[in-house]
Amino acid sequence: MSYSAWIILTGCLVGVTCGVTGALLVLRKMAMLADAISHTVLLGIVGAFLVTQSLNGVPMLIGAAIVGVLTAVMVQALDSSGVQSDAAIGVVFTSLFALGVVLISFIGDNVHLDVQHALMGEIAFIPWDTLTINGVDLGPTAVWMLGGVLLLNISIILLLYKEIKISTFDPQLALSIGVPVVFIHYLLMTMVSFSTVASFDSVGAILVVAMLIVPGSSAYLLTDKFGMMLILSGVIGALSALVGYGGAVLFDVSISGAIASATGLLFTLCFLLSPKHGMIAKWFRRKKMQQSV
Amino acid sequence: MNALTIQNLSVTYDKQYALEDVNFSIPEGSLTGIIGPNGAGKSTLIKAILRLIPTISGEVTVYGKPYKKQRSLVGYVPQRSEVDWDFPTNALDVVLMGRYGHIGWIKRPNKKEVQYALDCLKKVGMEEFADRQISQLSGGQQQRVFLARALAQDAQVYFMDEPFVGVDAATERAIIKLMQEWKEQGKTVLVVHHDLQTVKDYFDHCLLLNKKPIECGPTSDVFTMDNLQRTYGGSISFLGNNQVMMQGG
Repeated sequence: MSYSAWIILTGCLVGVTCGVTGALLVLRKMAMLADAISHTVLLGIVGAFLVTQSLNGVPMLIGAAIVGVLTAVMVQALDSSGVQSDAAIGVVFTSLFALGVVLISFIGDNVHLDVQHALMGEIAFIPWDTLTINGVDLGPTAVWMLGGVLLLNISIILLLYKEIKISTFDPQLALSIGVPVVFIHYLLMTMVSFSTVASFDSVGAILVVAMLIVPGSSAYLLTDKFGMMLILSGVIGALSALVGYGGAVLFDVSISGAIASATGLLFTLCFLLSPKHGMIAKWFRRKKMQQSV
Repeated sequence: MNALTIQNLSVTYDKQYALEDVNFSIPEGSLTGIIGPNGAGKSTLIKAILRLIPTISGEVTVYGKPYKKQRSLVGYVPQRSEVDWDFPTNALDVVLMGRYGHIGWIKRPNKKEVQYALDCLKKVGMEEFADRQISQLSGGQQQRVFLARALAQDAQVYFMDEPFVGVDAATERAIIKLMQEWKEQGKTVLVVHHDLQTVKDYFDHCLLLNKKPIECGPTSDVFTMDNLQRTYGGSISFLGNNQVMMQGG
């Protein structure tokens, strides 16, 4: 596969993985928690590196999952002990992220992990970091990691579809019929952590938030069906990657920046043009009502 | 036989008791109104019984066995304001959620379950709204969807949290009719209720609550002015003809 094809594939995988998982966060009104987790997983990645001395995928996923869930637990603990919930997120996320930044200083220059890279990512480097098993080149590591996480996330959603849906819509009823609402919450946080780590190299901690939240918010405007919203969110994520890559090539700008900008562009289009919830459709409906009065 | 028995149930918020050492039992096939002033812990009681909030002590038995083993016998209608009505789903789907406890883990609802949910919608006169997005329903219609979902749960003991709040007269009648039907089928219903005027008409049992149960028993025995005074403290006055009015909200 050509260099640009790998980049496009990686971008699309980031879009779908984050899109599908992020749609659940949007529905659960936890967008800011995703912001927090996307930053704190840096601590997990650095921690995993300090323990294993390698940038290997699996320990990084485990490290990120631990810190991601820890973030959610700490936010919850502060929140329920009286700290304002937005302040709780702010406190936990900055402290854990800062700890990650401090620990990065202990890592030598020869390792490809620094704050700049963690924040911004660089999808253009993805095709060079390939996975080789027994001397066979299997393509970029990031593609395998993203593919694996995507498969895992989709399997979890398909298996626990009903349980995720009811615990999102009506956690009280879910609890009363014995659905493990708390477990599902932390499972979802683990999925978000995984998605973030897998996307880290490509888009970095800041832009991954765009990939998690914006496609889901766009899909929310387009459909009234839960399952359809998850699918559309993934499609919009992938579409953002395609549009963004095209824009980046056309204007010769940062690819990850262009992809994240494309999510914003698509959201604006949905916001204006969605047949049911779009501004223009709403405006026309209001006009029509006014005329009929 | 008692459908529900509560022993030593206590709930605290910070250092204050929201519910203190609550003990009572409810006979099978009764319609019980849970009555008390604001902040008396009425909703908290239901949530504590269903283990939706942490308790510091207490045992709940449903038909003689611990609640945890009897979950499938229990149905719950939360306050309408507790869910997000902008959630992307339709009326039928919400009713179908009432079947989830019966369907079991991982499995998807089959055609039979969908038909069951449709029948429940029909019973509350909402079949034509099955495909309607839930935010497009009026308050009364949303409450009926919740009723249909409770029906779909096919429980023996129902807990309803202020079902009459913000609904139209037709929906109020639909709720009463359904509760009567449940009673005739030998089911037990507990309802958090605010309107003292209608207590005698709607409920054959009453639980007067103010952090502790003040009285619990047949309405004709316990719904007396004396007991209401004890429950509401000074914030109640009487309009003759056994009419009761609350002062200051």
